[in-house]
Amino acid sequence: MQAGWLKTSERDGGLLLQAGGAWDVGSAAKLDAELRGLQARDRAPLTVDLADVERLDTAGAWLIHRTLRDMRQAGMTAETRAVKPDFRVMLEQVAANDQPCEVEPPRVNALIACVNRVGEGTVEVLDEARQVLGFFGLIMQTWGRTLLRPSRLRGTPLVYHMEQVGVNALPIVGLISFLIGVVLAYQGAVQLQRFGAEIFVVNLIGVAVLREIGILLTAIVVAGRSGSAFAAQLGSMVVHEEVDAMRTLGLDPVEVLVLPRVLALVIMLPILAFWADLMGLLGGGIMAWLVLDISPGLYIDRLRDAVGIWSFWVGIIKAPVFGFLIAMVGCLEGMRVSGSAESVGQQTTKAVVTSIFLVIVVDALFSIFFSIVGV
Amino acid sequence: MTKGNGKAADARPIIRIKGLRTQFGSAVIHDDLDLEVRQGEVMGIVGGSGTGKSVLLRTIIGLNRPTAGSIEVFGQNLAALKARERALYERRWGVLFQDGALFSSLTVAQNIEAPLKEHLHLPQHLLDEIAALKISMVGLPPDAGAKYPSELSGGMRKRAGLARSLALDPELLFLDEPTAGLDPIGAAAFDQLIQRLQRTLGLTVFMVTHDLDSLFAICDRIAVLAEKRVIVVGSMEEMLRQTHPWIREYFHGPRSRAAHGASDAGGKGAEKGGAPGAG
Repeated sequence: MQAGWLKTSERDGGLLLQAGGAWDVGSAAKLDAELRGLQARDRAPLTVDLADVERLDTAGAWLIHRTLRDMRQAGMTAETRAVKPDFRVMLEQVAANDQPCEVEPPRVNALIACVNRVGEGTVEVLDEARQVLGFFGLIMQTWGRTLLRPSRLRGTPLVYHMEQVGVNALPIVGLISFLIGVVLAYQGAVQLQRFGAEIFVVNLIGVAVLREIGILLTAIVVAGRSGSAFAAQLGSMVVHEEVDAMRTLGLDPVEVLVLPRVLALVIMLPILAFWADLMGLLGGGIMAWLVLDISPGLYIDRLRDAVGIWSFWVGIIKAPVFGFLIAMVGCLEGMRVSGSAESVGQQTTKAVVTSIFLVIVVDALFSIFFSIVGV
Repeated sequence: MTKGNGKAADARPIIRIKGLRTQFGSAVIHDDLDLEVRQGEVMGIVGGSGTGKSVLLRTIIGLNRPTAGSIEVFGQNLAALKARERALYERRWGVLFQDGALFSSLTVAQNIEAPLKEHLHLPQHLLDEIAALKISMVGLPPDAGAKYPSELSGGMRKRAGLARSLALDPELLFLDEPTAGLDPIGAAAFDQLIQRLQRTLGLTVFMVTHDLDSLFAICDRIAVLAEKRVIVVGSMEEMLRQTHPWIREYFHGPRSRAAHGASDAGGKGAEKGGAPGAG
């Protein structure tokens, strides 16, 4: 089929427009330009002859309708000629649906939009803080109730989540800590060699891994791994109205869903942190042996001198707190899902970002606290 | 361009499926399935849950790969074509997914413009005009154009999805449960909309549905999917005469009698495919 074409000629003081070929959406760009040029040039009675049109779709019909409409609005007479019955139906249909509409929502002034966003963001952060605090209270209340009646604690999900967040995270946490130990030893060795103080690499590794890096890294990996999983699990349960169903059946979602997850992380994160400490020290030790010729025996001796037992406890004490924060934020963001699949994704992202942020803030608070008490 | 009521029995097939076999792992969904859809007809696909109605639709439009057999659309075996050639044929059909499947980051009007922008180089003013036209044709109010899909009700999302599937003026329209999730009034209005568009635009419609009212009101022929293949194809009158137990159960059950009664009382003209202006 031939592409749509258009011929114009003078006739009885008016303009004759002969259309032919396929007046469809494929030819619309070309025909649109020609018709627009025509409207700009001529102001005369118009006849559109459709005798040679082989195919007409809504786009083609729209172009014809628009041309006629604009001519008539400019006070000219305009009519069609030799229209096949099928095409007439199409033209009538298009004419009946000539209704302009907005494509985009109206744009707001950039300055106002900016102020709006700052304001919305501020309110959102405050609201978020209030909700975190409220959720903390809710968990504590439920925990208190469960302590009074320990039989209400759900054992099977607790053990299941301990496996999910703890045991299954051992390989990744171990590997990352090991590699960080290696990096730390190597970087430390390069710097300290300049002062002939290579042996202090052991102090560096011991203090850094035990006090900060072991636990912080574990918390960040677990936030990405389990915090997001909690948010996604609870979020999809909210989307499928499972949480609502639970409430109608007299089950408390906090007790059934949140508490086992929080407890699992509170129990497992110290164990993971301990494991990360071990692997970090191992990685550092191997690197010290290879690069600096510090034998394993010497490494362990130096380590015993360099770090006291409190260096270890400073790291491990933080673990249950971080575990609680990660699980709480993950569950809270999951519960705040608003019912669409899209919102599950948004809340999951938020859970990870918020929990890592909180972990680091609380870590800083711990540092201040420990420096005040002098350990 | 054929009109919707050109329903002669010898009309050439627009879809021809021969010996189709679809398999997911070891689960066989279709086995030796044959089906022809003729130009200009409304074909309704029915079948129990899990008989692979939607899978059949997805296989025809190329979202699933058939394990064996051939599917010809517009007289072409699309699976054998290169991606670029296949795209030329794919432009000639439109698909309405169950919940509209609108792009959530675009407004309704931008959703309709998306396929036009992708395939053609049209000036923006013409894109906007065509979008406005389609929005009006599917019966949406003008202010729907600037709205995002999340701001629309289920029925409006379906209408917007239909508008997008009609953006390129297709010859063939695939509908996956178009009336599912709509209230009876909305469903009836949607049936009428599909029928009106089918007649004025000369569409061939391939419709997967569970809605007996839709089947009675707008389908020219019905294909029944059971036992992994199409067991019967025919008009509603033929369906009512079938003796296969599932078909009897389906078309003579209490809900079917109600739908049939309603269509006899109200939509005689629509069912006989008479006046094109109906609705």
